[in-house]
Amino acid sequence: MQSDLIHLSRRDALIKLLRVAGAGAGAAGLGLWLSEHSWRPEPALAMAAKRGHTIAADLKLPEMAIITGDDPAQLAREAIEELGGIRRFIARGDIVLVKPNIGWDRTPEQAANTNPDVVAEIVRQCSNAGAKRVIVTDVSCNDPRRCFQRSGIAEAAQRVGAEVVLPDPAMFKEVDLQGETLRAWPVLDLFLNVDKVINVPIAKHHSLTGTTLGMKNWYGMLGGPRHQLHQKIHESLVDLADFVRPTLTIIDCYRILVRNGPTGGNLQDVLLKKTLVAGTDPVALDAYVAKAYWNLEVASLPYLRMAANRGLGTYEFEKVRTQIKTL
Amino acid sequence: MRFPKPTKLRTLSQIVFFFLFLFLLLRTEFRGSLTASASETRLAYPVSLFFQFDPLVAISNALSSHSLYRGLLWSLVVLIPTMFLGRFFCGWICPLGSIHHFFSSFKSESKRGKQLIDSNRYKRWQTTKYYLLIASLVAAVFGTGIVGWLDPFSLLVRSVGLSILPATNYSLQAALGVLERSRYASVQTLGSILHFILGALLLSFKQPHFRLGIWLGLIFVFLVALNFRITRFWCRALCPLGALLGVVSRWSVLGLVKNPEHCNDCNRCLLRCQGGDDPVGGVPWHQPECHLCMNCVDECPEHGLRFQFFPGQKTVGTSLQRRKVLTGLAAGAAVVPLMRSTPGFATERNERLLRPPGALDEQYFLARCIRCGECMKVCPNNALHPAFSEAGIEGLWTPVLVPRIGYCESSCVLCSQVCPTGAIWEITEKEKGWSGDVAHADKTFRLGTAFYDRGRCLPWAMATECIVCEEWCPTSPKAIHLQTVDLIDAAGNSKQVKQPYLDPSRCVGCGACEYACPVQDRPAVYVTSVGESRSRTNQILLNRRKG
Repeated sequence: MQSDLIHLSRRDALIKLLRVAGAGAGAAGLGLWLSEHSWRPEPALAMAAKRGHTIAADLKLPEMAIITGDDPAQLAREAIEELGGIRRFIARGDIVLVKPNIGWDRTPEQAANTNPDVVAEIVRQCSNAGAKRVIVTDVSCNDPRRCFQRSGIAEAAQRVGAEVVLPDPAMFKEVDLQGETLRAWPVLDLFLNVDKVINVPIAKHHSLTGTTLGMKNWYGMLGGPRHQLHQKIHESLVDLADFVRPTLTIIDCYRILVRNGPTGGNLQDVLLKKTLVAGTDPVALDAYVAKAYWNLEVASLPYLRMAANRGLGTYEFEKVRTQIKTL
Repeated sequence: MRFPKPTKLRTLSQIVFFFLFLFLLLRTEFRGSLTASASETRLAYPVSLFFQFDPLVAISNALSSHSLYRGLLWSLVVLIPTMFLGRFFCGWICPLGSIHHFFSSFKSESKRGKQLIDSNRYKRWQTTKYYLLIASLVAAVFGTGIVGWLDPFSLLVRSVGLSILPATNYSLQAALGVLERSRYASVQTLGSILHFILGALLLSFKQPHFRLGIWLGLIFVFLVALNFRITRFWCRALCPLGALLGVVSRWSVLGLVKNPEHCNDCNRCLLRCQGGDDPVGGVPWHQPECHLCMNCVDECPEHGLRFQFFPGQKTVGTSLQRRKVLTGLAAGAAVVPLMRSTPGFATERNERLLRPPGALDEQYFLARCIRCGECMKVCPNNALHPAFSEAGIEGLWTPVLVPRIGYCESSCVLCSQVCPTGAIWEITEKEKGWSGDVAHADKTFRLGTAFYDRGRCLPWAMATECIVCEEWCPTSPKAIHLQTVDLIDAAGNSKQVKQPYLDPSRCVGCGACEYACPVQDRPAVYVTSVGESRSRTNQILLNRRKG
């Protein structure tokens, strides 16, 4: 049957051959290129990040302020004033990160999270000083939606114009903490791109170290399996404190959790101290609060001595210029 | 003004109810708010509303519990009008029906021309749903809520809420991630804008994961795909709610009137018939099969069909075969004894059968739970999952807490707020009371008890400091207490570590310790169901259970 045969011209045959050869060459080229790019997949390398947000010391001003009074917001205002005023810490156009403890699904009365009025007042002060952005965030332990809302901090902070950011898994970057114990860890990226950092922890009981204060609050910038940090708690605390070096620390001792921390829950575990302890030396602050409210000496908190050796401050809080004031 | 065509109105009604359903399902989630006060932790919308209007859920609840749980009386709003009007619910309201309607409208190889017309004639197999209804209601009389395996809302919430939406969230997040990590600023901005919009409408706060999720999704996709062969196969052949509404519409006073003088046997009324109820001339109309979609009235070129009150024409009711009815009765009567003579809650408890807080004791729980997945969808910690074998065959798809994935938050009672049947009885945050002194509370809700695997626990087995479980324990005083011991580590140095112990009088079984344990794969502390407050028998200590 003649009709089944297709007459193929030389031209058509050549085109056909070229097409096949082209596809074959393409496949071979792609294959070669891909095989040259084959290496064992590894997690992304940790990046080096900016560390340290401290400001220059001023010998005329106190390094620590201990303010007692009824109104938490007023305490925050006075504490900052005693230390030289917010403009000493925040410059116009700064991006400021305020780091309260928003770790737990608890209300302000239960004293497991930082007092929302203190946070709001700090935000307001930063805005007044001309900060471009004031970010309030924390990597919560319990569900962040519940923690941010039930702590009252989200509502109080956004009302005075803060950017309240609930961490999202996509917001963590693998960072080299350059510590002696801690190296590559996922860090909430907000901590990496700001000008100033204000640490606003709450003073609470903790079974491992007796008390959890300012330096422990840096747990809240980490993602990953951070529960492992307890295995070398003192070394971890110092590495974290060495990495962040805050502009200012304000320890909320308005309500303190004296038992069953850090979660608490029972109002009988809460003592009303109506005090804020603020300052530029995070080691002295932790040492003072541990002694004042838990009667813990430096000897029982090895991380204080280790931090001092690292040059992060002094645990001899008695030698620090201190302003004590009762409103 | 011309009155809009009934079919247009019907489509509008279907769209409205479908999106209402979808909206409520998407809001079955604690979203948190930056502006809300600390105390506003309840859901803003009655998210399980559709279940309250579901007469099948109500009847099953009544048969199995001899009562009607909160809000289920509303189902009369659907049931009574159906007695007068017929299955308008199936054609006009049911969101699952609307999904089937939508996918049925696509043509396929087996639904073209004459084949399409033939496929829409009444078939004997459409009675299957009545036998399923009979069997599941008999099972309800025996005290089990397995009707929820087939109830259309249970099916929809379970499939869409636990599988389709999580999968959608995953793919959208992946696509947004590509945009937001782009090297071009304009693409990044587009990604952020899309993220904001989708976040407000559709995205979950965190990616949900549900056990059995893929199977729930595949069942749903399969049921939807059946529409490509036979229009609304689910509604015609399987849906027990459709069957129930069909039965009660037997006496309905609204009906189809066929004018034989106008009929020229063109069969066009069969082209888009949803119910397979024979609106065509020459045969009687199958009233209980009709969804009142009005397509036949629309389609008839001679205007020979219309719906009218007291139609006065002979119709066919649910023509059930006696033998099959008996089979349905026997199946329902046999299935519960068979399931319960297999070791289950009465004789051999699965240690990991942890029920949500407020859950009734197992026999009452299984009687009421309709396996709908509302509690699982709403749990902010993704802690509740559909059971596979933990609760026996009868307990398939009932909720179990999986602490390794998520623990029970001490201040949260959302699952008890959304449960439509009272299987998880509504409790308040205050009643739950997990942040206080549990040992001395009048009444406590406990899910189980935590146990230590000392061979894996760091301070016990490896002379290493840890105490994360104690840190996370939500009760105060804590159920986990510590003893400081002097140990010698591998290098021979003496060392002090704190070893955890558990106080069962204070443990509520929330699973926070198991969730937080740093031994990532198999935790060194885990919760089992013994000591759950809902059970009188599943206990360890003489004096622990109260209330």
